[in-house]
Amino acid sequence: MNLSREWLNEFVPVTASDREFAEAMTLSGSKVEGTTDLGAEISNVVVGKILSMERHPNSDHMWVCQIDVGDSEPVQIVTGAWNIHVGDLIPVAKDNSWLPGGVHITRGNLRGVKSKGMLCSLKELNLDERDFPYGVITAAALLNDYHPIDPEKPSIPADVQPGHKIYGPVVAAGVEAVESAGEGRWTCTLTYPEKTAAVVTPCQNIHEGDLVAYNTKTGAICTLSDLHAEQREFPHCIPDGIFVLQEEGVQPGDDIKPVINADDHVVEFEITPNRPDCLSVIGLAREAAATFNAPLTLHAPVVKGGADGVLAELLDVETPAADLVPRYTARMVRNVKIAPSPKWMRQRLRAMGVRPINNIVDITNYVMLEYGQPMHAFDYRYVRGGKIIVRRAEEGEELTTLDGNVRKLTANHLVIADETRAVGLAGIMGGMNSEIVADTADVVFESACFDGTCIRKGALALGMRTEASAKFEKGLDPLNTLPAVNRACELVELLGAGEVVDGVIDILNYVPQPTVLTLEPDKINALLGTDVPADEMVRILQKLDFQVDGDQVTVPSWRGDVKRMADLAEEVARFHGYNNIPTTLMRGQTTVGGYSPKERLERRLGQAVRAMGFDQIITYSFISPTYYDKIRWSPDDPRRQSFKILNPLGEDTSIMRTTTLPSMLEILTRNYNYRNKSARLYEVGRVYLPGGPDGLAVENKYLTLGAYGDKMDFFALKGAVEAVLRDLRCGGVRFTAVKDDPSYHPGRCAAVWAGEKRLGVLGQLHPLVCGNYGVDAPLFAAELSLEALMDAQGADPEYVPLPKFPDVARDIAVVCDLAVTVGELERCIIQNAKGLLKEVALFDIYTGSSIPDGKKSVAFSLTLRADDRSLTGEEADEDVKAILAALEKELGAVLR
Amino acid sequence: MKEQLAKIRAEALAALGGVKDSAALEELRVRYLGKKGELTAVLKQMGKLSAQERPTMGALANEVRAAVESAVDSAAKKLEERALELRLQAETVDVTIPGKAPRLGHRHPMDMALDEIKDIFVGMGFTVLDGPEIELASYNFDKLNAEEGHPSRDWSDTFYFDADSRVMLRSQTSPMQVRAMETMDLPIRIIAPGRVYRKDEVDATHSPMFHQVEGMVIDHGVTMADLKGTLNLLVEQLYGAGTKTRFRPHHFPFTEPSCEMDVQCHKCGGAGCPTCKGEGWIELLGAGMIHPKVLEMSGIDPNEWSGWAFGIGLERTAMRRFKIADLRLIFENDVRFLEQF
Repeated sequence: MNLSREWLNEFVPVTASDREFAEAMTLSGSKVEGTTDLGAEISNVVVGKILSMERHPNSDHMWVCQIDVGDSEPVQIVTGAWNIHVGDLIPVAKDNSWLPGGVHITRGNLRGVKSKGMLCSLKELNLDERDFPYGVITAAALLNDYHPIDPEKPSIPADVQPGHKIYGPVVAAGVEAVESAGEGRWTCTLTYPEKTAAVVTPCQNIHEGDLVAYNTKTGAICTLSDLHAEQREFPHCIPDGIFVLQEEGVQPGDDIKPVINADDHVVEFEITPNRPDCLSVIGLAREAAATFNAPLTLHAPVVKGGADGVLAELLDVETPAADLVPRYTARMVRNVKIAPSPKWMRQRLRAMGVRPINNIVDITNYVMLEYGQPMHAFDYRYVRGGKIIVRRAEEGEELTTLDGNVRKLTANHLVIADETRAVGLAGIMGGMNSEIVADTADVVFESACFDGTCIRKGALALGMRTEASAKFEKGLDPLNTLPAVNRACELVELLGAGEVVDGVIDILNYVPQPTVLTLEPDKINALLGTDVPADEMVRILQKLDFQVDGDQVTVPSWRGDVKRMADLAEEVARFHGYNNIPTTLMRGQTTVGGYSPKERLERRLGQAVRAMGFDQIITYSFISPTYYDKIRWSPDDPRRQSFKILNPLGEDTSIMRTTTLPSMLEILTRNYNYRNKSARLYEVGRVYLPGGPDGLAVENKYLTLGAYGDKMDFFALKGAVEAVLRDLRCGGVRFTAVKDDPSYHPGRCAAVWAGEKRLGVLGQLHPLVCGNYGVDAPLFAAELSLEALMDAQGADPEYVPLPKFPDVARDIAVVCDLAVTVGELERCIIQNAKGLLKEVALFDIYTGSSIPDGKKSVAFSLTLRADDRSLTGEEADEDVKAILAALEKELGAVLR
Repeated sequence: MKEQLAKIRAEALAALGGVKDSAALEELRVRYLGKKGELTAVLKQMGKLSAQERPTMGALANEVRAAVESAVDSAAKKLEERALELRLQAETVDVTIPGKAPRLGHRHPMDMALDEIKDIFVGMGFTVLDGPEIELASYNFDKLNAEEGHPSRDWSDTFYFDADSRVMLRSQTSPMQVRAMETMDLPIRIIAPGRVYRKDEVDATHSPMFHQVEGMVIDHGVTMADLKGTLNLLVEQLYGAGTKTRFRPHHFPFTEPSCEMDVQCHKCGGAGCPTCKGEGWIELLGAGMIHPKVLEMSGIDPNEWSGWAFGIGLERTAMRRFKIADLRLIFENDVRFLEQF
């Protein structure tokens, strides 16, 4: 919402600087996003008066002007524009001046003639004809500006003289004199042999000595189109030139900014959706009055009326969809004269970011900005049968809206219709078929209140959120429609734009029920932690137009957001000042805070893997369905059952992952592509599996490790997993080979277990998976379920007495089949030890010259110890002998 | 004999004074003090002495022996010291050669910021809660007083899993307020950090997935002043003591009164600069007193209990905390970025 401070000042005098104003309004709840000084880019541009004009000695199209800019001496400025005359008031950018767009104007030299500045066009001041309709420039085709397309075959001879016939009744005529005829028109005295004529023309580019084409039959000076000529034949016959001012009371030397309203400052507010009343000048004026404790002066519209006709006979309104139309108010204006609206209105509209169009349309926009009530104006002649019906659209009904688009409607749309067809999309946009046009004579002003949800959904379905629909969707005050329509009619009379028919059509489909609350200052203070006196609360509420009678507070109709004590507390807090509320710490019962066991597990895992050099990453929870292809899950893999977002941003973020693996691989790949030599990464992240309560997901967390480079291999990764499990004191940890996980290398993948509980999987990624990611180095990953780790965590440690007696160490090397795993050998050793064995450690695996083909030598270091005596070598050897016997018997592993 | 002893003493002391290594020392020790040494040889002659001479000579011989022994000891000590000195010299390293550090892993900056926030609140007796990201619209919206028709419910803003807009990706951590109210005993003090999702295209300040931390207190007599006090404490812990804050009215469906808290711009100290868009303040979080209707919907009597809640965006907090300029870095996970934290 933009607010012109000039307009605001009509209702409440606030002189605060922009910064003070922004800060104070922000702190009272109307957040200011920024302030624009409309004239910030313009400096040292003044009104000038042209004292004399001479043709440039070295140019066929430039003029040398002497200009009074209010200084003691006139300044000389060279211009290429042809639409100016001696006596004109024009904007002059003086030497060392600035124009919009950062244009810097300095003195210069144009073809040997000094020029101390520049005369400005509308465009150069960042304006257009809509701001100053009189600034439209009409140009005559000057014969002395004629440049034939084909120099060999000119349509007009180069030596054309006054009296030469151009075609039919059109002759060449010399200009003897040019005098102002007022209102931007000029009287030209023309001569052609033996004849003279005084012609009044709107063409501004004619000067003494020019040669024009004069139509002796119509008495008009010809323009380009009259001559059926092309622009390039008359290069200076253009609707462009200097902005000649027609403002009253303007003097040479005046600053141009107030003249073109560039002295206004526009404040941009972010209005929260609970305050649609603040989407208006009056709403913000009320807030400003309360903020600055300044008087608010509102005005009740007065309409004279008296136009011919009886409203009830001219117009009938029906609202069959009464539930969607709480109120429909309309008035009629006759004998409308469509014209530009006055400067003050155009300037205010423009300051607020609305393009001026014509007086009737401008009035509707003006009232919408001032009252926050969207208005619509129809051309009465297109309301067939003089009947307006506000109804649901027919399924498939079509309407061409004002923006020229054909809209296909459904029964959820509300339309304004006559007896035969829709003429407008209620609350969103009018119809092309009833648009206000240049010859509109009778106008219906609609000021209605529509159901917010219906308008919001309707606009959303058509993808056309308009200024009006944005207001309606928030729920407007039904009591505002009547003052708004009266204000529109008042403005029609003020602008002389038409005659207002007496009476108002006002259909009320709702029962106004003002909210009455009990003011409980103690409760308000208890909620805020303040000590605001009751009479201060009353003062604040009254300033906001709440009616206070004893402890009864009547909420104004436009404050639908105020429904209970807490809402009143907010009003009090806003104007007491949030920053005047004390700051205290909580009292009351002490609570034991802390982390849940799950969270403690997460923190512990993070610490453990960081100690091993893994960096934490955070990845998106949503992935592309193609990611399952990249990790080689078969098309019918049940794990592909994912939560699917129906309105995703894109395919890449369209389903909720059921595995964290592809997210990790994406990040490994990215780092690999960034040529980072190695990476060790981890994420504690969720997967989202179907089957949770209430149709929600089962959101399980996984610790995912990923790595490449820096001596990473299967055993380095496995070691990291082992270290994590040791840190958690998991018991019964074992690893089994996994050959059928499609994502992993079939010979380098293991499942990790704690007893019978599967904790997860780890390994080297399948080369085809690496290929899918475009990585030509081995990638490694581990996926461990936090739920499983939670269960597998061991109890707190219990102290075991340190050994009192020495160890006996025995190394054994056995030769066995290649297929026998180290795990099997270890298990066999442990199972067959007789209670003295404390530790088994693999220290060598060897295949080579002294070992037969298909065999390998595996060496273990055994540590034996008795807890109650010093072990003798013989005792130890006996144990080892038993172990060796078992190894041979069970696994065919013989001592080397 | 007396002369012999004097000579041995003089020779031995002189020789020991100039000894160069332990082998030479041992040779001298054997030569003078050994069983076949010179002193022993002299003592062997003691028998030949008269009874009168013997005690005097004995004493003298012992004195010489002690003197030589002491000289041997001190020479040995000197040699040891010298040897140690040489060894230490030989073992000297260039201490400026880099150490052999094991590479420690790094914590993600956002997790660091989150941990700071958690620490602050756990210290004040808050429990850290976790909850579902795939959430019911009734928890994300209805029970938080964002009725049907609230703009944030639009499909253009929120991700949905079914055509009835029933199951969605939570757009805020606030549904955890409702889950806490429904499951926990009063009084309640919780924070609930987690991922949230909104339909924003990725750019330097937006991401369709980001993180929030929700905080909530419900107790007898909880006031807005308490909310301010607690949030000021949070800011001082995050950004240093004396960090200035301001509170502005705002609107959230589930709090009344509602506010936003700004922190004074760290760049300009409040004078206004491009970082704070000239305002002197930077928005940090939204908060408010829990709307009585929200309490009622979760079965808590607003006449008896009151509470406050806040929600803070974690990415922004981390970005400000570590001066990270672009949000995309957070989710890019480039090792060169991660290693900086």
